[in-house]
Parts: sequence; C-alpha cells; structure tokens
Amino acid sequence: MIIKRFILNFPPDSGDKPLSYHLVKDYDIRINILKAEVFPGKRGSLLLELQGTASNIEKGIAYLTSQNVEVEPLEKRIRFQEEKCIDCGNCVAVCFAGALTLSAPDWKLQFDKSQCVVCELCVPACPLHLFDINFQ
Amino acid sequence: MTVKSYEEINEKIRAGKAVVLTAGEVAEMGRTASPEEIVKKVDVVTTATFGAMCSSGAIINFGHADPPIRMEKIRINGVPAYEGLAAVDTYVGATACNPDKPEYGGAHVIQELLEGKTLELEAWGKGTDCYPRKFIKTTISKETVNEAYLFNPRNAYQNYNVAVNSTKRLIHTYMGTLLPNLRNATYSTSGELSPLLNDPDMRTIGIGTRIFLCGAQGFVVWPGTQYNTAKPVNSLGVPVSNARTLAVIGNLKEMSPEFLRAAYIDKYGTTLFVGIGIPIPVLDEDMARRLSIRDDQIETSVLDYGSPGTPKLGQVTYAMLRSGFITVDGKKVRTAPVASLAKAREIAALLKNWLLAGQFELTRPVEMFPVHATLQSLKETEKEGKP
Repeated sequence: MIIKRFILNFPPDSGDKPLSYHLVKDYDIRINILKAEVFPGKRGSLLLELQGTASNIEKGIAYLTSQNVEVEPLEKRIRFQEEKCIDCGNCVAVCFAGALTLSAPDWKLQFDKSQCVVCELCVPACPLHLFDINFQ
Repeated sequence: MTVKSYEEINEKIRAGKAVVLTAGEVAEMGRTASPEEIVKKVDVVTTATFGAMCSSGAIINFGHADPPIRMEKIRINGVPAYEGLAAVDTYVGATACNPDKPEYGGAHVIQELLEGKTLELEAWGKGTDCYPRKFIKTTISKETVNEAYLFNPRNAYQNYNVAVNSTKRLIHTYMGTLLPNLRNATYSTSGELSPLLNDPDMRTIGIGTRIFLCGAQGFVVWPGTQYNTAKPVNSLGVPVSNARTLAVIGNLKEMSPEFLRAAYIDKYGTTLFVGIGIPIPVLDEDMARRLSIRDDQIETSVLDYGSPGTPKLGQVTYAMLRSGFITVDGKKVRTAPVASLAKAREIAALLKNWLLAGQFELTRPVEMFPVHATLQSLKETEKEGKP
C-alpha cells in the first residue's frame, strides 16, 4: 500500500464523467480530495490523495490519462528555491498542514512536500518569494 | 572573586588563548557550572540575531558628474531616496518604495548594491549657479559610488512580542501572516542567543562597541530609537517585552549578502533582514550569570495583533515558543519564528571563530547608554487633524 498525492487538471469537456468512481470501483484506490477548483466549461483542478497498491495506482493514473486528464505528482508542481532560503519561518507560520517545519537542533527549514495541501499560503508569506506552486 | 578587564581579555585574544563560547554553549554550561566557575573558564560569549529590521538603511555618496547637479529628487531603480542632504549624498531607507511597485524597495536596492549589481540612478535638481545641471540618468554600482555604509537607527531589539490574532479574519502584519482564531503565533528574537537579552542592563554594550554587522565589522553608534529602560522585567531582571535597541553602522561594501537580505512582507512592505553579532566579555560573576541565561528563563508577552491597542493575552518563555506550541486563552496555539535562528547560530559561530583567530577584538564602550529612558507617544494637538 502506498499513499501519494497528485494534481489533476481536467479539460473543459470532462466534467460529466464519474472519474473518481472508476478509480475506487475499478482500481480499488481510496481517494481523498484535498482541494478542488472547478470552472464549468473552462477547466477543473483537483488535489487528490490516492491510497492503494503501487500497481493499481499506476493503472488508475493510466486510466485518467486515457480520459485526457493531466496527472502529475504533487511535488512536481511545487518549486522551492531552497538555496536562497534564510530559514526565517514566515512560511512555517501559515503552513497549517505541517508540510513546512523548523525545529531543533539545526532550525533549518524542512519541506515535506507529501504533506502539502496546496493552500498556497506560503507563496505570498515567504518574504523572499521562494515558493511557486502550480495548481491549475 | 574573579574580575577581568577588557585589556586582559584582548591580550588573550591576541595571543590566541582566549576561551570563547557562543551564548548557546554558555547557556548549556550554566546548567551545571556556577557563575564563578564560568567567569574563571570563559572570556568571551558571542551573541547573535538575524531578523527583519525595518529601521535600517544605507548612506551613499554618488560622486559628482560633469556638469554637476544638486540632487533634489532621487530615484535608484525607481525607489525614492532621501534628497535633503548635500548635492550627491543620499540615504536609502529599507522600507522606501515606488507605490506602484511595493514589493521592491530600498532593502532590495541595498542588497543589489552589495551584490555588485548595476543600478539605475535618476536625479533631478532645479539648477543653480554652482550646480547647473537639472537632470541626470546613469548607472551606479558598489565600484562607482564613493561611500556606501549601513546606518540603522533601530536594530537588535531587546526582546519582542509574540503576535497572535483572535479575530475571525486573516491579517497581514510585520510579524507575518496571522491566521484567524488564534491558529498561529509568531515571534522574532533569538532568545538565549539574542545580544541584548544577554546583557540586559547594557553593562558592556554602548557607543563604540565593535560588532559583527552583516558579515563585516561594524559599530554600535548610539542607543537605537525607541530605546526604553522602563519595561517590566522578570525575576532575573530580563525585560518581558521590547525594551532597549541599538543604532549601528558599518561599511556596506565589506558586507556579505549571506547576512543581509531584502524582504517583502506580504501586504505590509519591504524590510531588511540584518545579521548582528555582539561579543560580550565575561568580566565578572554578574556577567557570567547574565550570559548563562536559557530560553526557559526568558519571557515575552503575547499580544493580540487583531484587536485595537494590541492587548496582552499572556506571557510565555522562549522554551515554550521553541517547543512548537504555546497556550493562549486556554487554547493550544502553533508557534513559528519570523527571524532565523539558523542564521543567528551561524553568526555566533563565525564571530567566535574570528575571536579565536585573533581577527576581532573587544571594545570598551566610549560612553554607556542612558540608565533611564522612556517613550513618548505622538499626541494630536490639532482637533481638526483629518485630511
């Protein structure tokens, strides 16, 4: 069993298909919707956490792709310029998901992208503009 | 009773025999060693902070052009710089910006100048007999300007408040983004590593004290603005809210961008992260006791930045803040710093190495700071003061 987060981008004409039903029913994947933005007739974006066997998740993603849904692992949509980071903590303050943390002993910023819920609060909170998250 | 002089300690530094610890190391040592033992063993303690300090800026002299101009309006990369000095002198404040481009400010100009980048200078004058020119547009860099030095009127606050927000809306403050309903708390000093918390009565820091300023040697030149000795203290004599401050100076050309960083605080404005390190001599037992203070012995006030007048909601220790959670109004609140402890530790360690290598000596202040200083607020004397 693995748990992994993906960002799904839907083309304008895919709104009428029960895609998540097929992920559950056909591939035995537990899904958790962490964020959704739907603009009818234009586009839709989802942050999904998938839990299942590695092979089922692979097949489920292949199915989504066959339905013209763009699927990318969450971490590929997050850019963070770590080398410029000063470990100030402004991003940690807003990260209620717990993806960004600072703690003893070294007090260097730790970014666990797998915990990110794409709230995007860190993007403006970073005083050095080091985050870039592409959800849509 | 052991008592040491500045001269004795400097002798040891020059001979490579001084024992130097960071404030973090001496705080650990203080768990088992008495002040008497510490003063015998340790000569100097290095303290440091790396935080956003808005009251910072740089004095620049551009040099004269031919024909010359008396600069009466100045823009550097579009950022307004002060025009009320002599013909080609200016002061660029960290928070200055073009209102149309609030994310780029004086702090960015200062950082880019330090990094050796080329910046655009535009200046206007009315034209006089001795300064006939009315406009100039050119480029400047660290190499072309005569002087470029930081002069920060208020840095290194002795303690600072914890910020929370009890209201139902998210607010943007200089203490970072505060989530509604007490969902986060931010704090900004380096606690047991912080310079003025290690010498709370300013026995060793005063006018002329040589310090680490953004990677170079700088100096304390004056009490910082809003210097306040009247704030309440805890049982160990350490203020429990923002009290004393420093005005500092140093050559920007010698600094390092590693320890000076421009920042934009969302919907607030630009500011400058400044790295300051201060070596404190262990002159006697009293100083040893002060210097061995730990995060669990330093307290600060929790203020509600969402309510008018920022009412105090509680008092916590830095050990609690560092644990990741504090309790406010019976609620567990997640904490995060908005100043870099990692950088502060790096500065304390670097300064320690400079002292060990004999590259940095202690200075006895030329003059001490006032023992009594309080603040006044701004009174509105005009009843019809509204625009």
